[in-house]
Amino acid sequence: MTGAGSVAQMPIRTGDDVVRVRQLVRGHAQAVRLSLVDQTKLVTAASELARNIVTYGGSGVVRVDTVTSNGRTGIRATFADSGPGIADLQLALTDGWTSGAGLGLGLGGARRLVDDFDIDTEVGRGTTVTVVKWTR
Amino acid sequence: MERVPILQLGNALLVSIQVDLQDDSVVALQEDLAERIVATGAAGVVIDISAVEIVDSFTGRMFASIAALSRVLDAETVVVGMRPAVAITLVELGLSLEGVRTALDLEKGMAILDGLAARRGIEDQDPDDNAERPVTPGAPAP
Repeated sequence: MTGAGSVAQMPIRTGDDVVRVRQLVRGHAQAVRLSLVDQTKLVTAASELARNIVTYGGSGVVRVDTVTSNGRTGIRATFADSGPGIADLQLALTDGWTSGAGLGLGLGGARRLVDDFDIDTEVGRGTTVTVVKWTR
Repeated sequence: MERVPILQLGNALLVSIQVDLQDDSVVALQEDLAERIVATGAAGVVIDISAVEIVDSFTGRMFASIAALSRVLDAETVVVGMRPAVAITLVELGLSLEGVRTALDLEKGMAILDGLAARRGIEDQDPDDNAERPVTPGAPAP
């Protein structure tokens, strides 16, 4: 998988930033002509992950870029925070489980909405979630 | 923060979401709606989301709580105009919007509310309706 095309980065701190992340990701998804359904899935996943940062991580950053692999193009979004980290990842990915006031669909739901999902977390260090949605 | 306008249309309140809302605006909408339902005595709420490009778990949950809240205040909520891509995404996300009535467009949504209001009118006039009988303290339940 190689990076290509435009790279964008923005901080995530507030609810307003969650809206801006959605717009940023949608712009990239439209540029590589993801289908409307795939755009919607990716933007929704990005919204969940950005909100997770505001709710649990305190603040963080998202990086969005275009990637290619085997002739396909995809949008990769990487969400990184230096918050508390996740102690029990398996539990955090379980639908309906939440450590806060949420529905517990954010992380597991986001994983279902994208093609590639990778999470790197360590208690006390922070969490980085990377998602990719490929064109078909 | 954006504030979503609430319009009154006969016996119903109409909310048309036209912009990408941040979480605070969605919470404010819920509070504004509760106040307007009580102030106007509206029997129904229609939320038009035909311009909404994404509904994530937060917004979806808020629709469900608006529906539950309005029911407690004796009003029905209908969410209308959901885009197909939004519906597909919501289901895959794991959000079924249980307890939320939906209709394909505004006209069908208003028809649902009219139907509910008509049925409610008939029940109110029914002489056999238990609720209309005077309550005798200490009397055994029928």
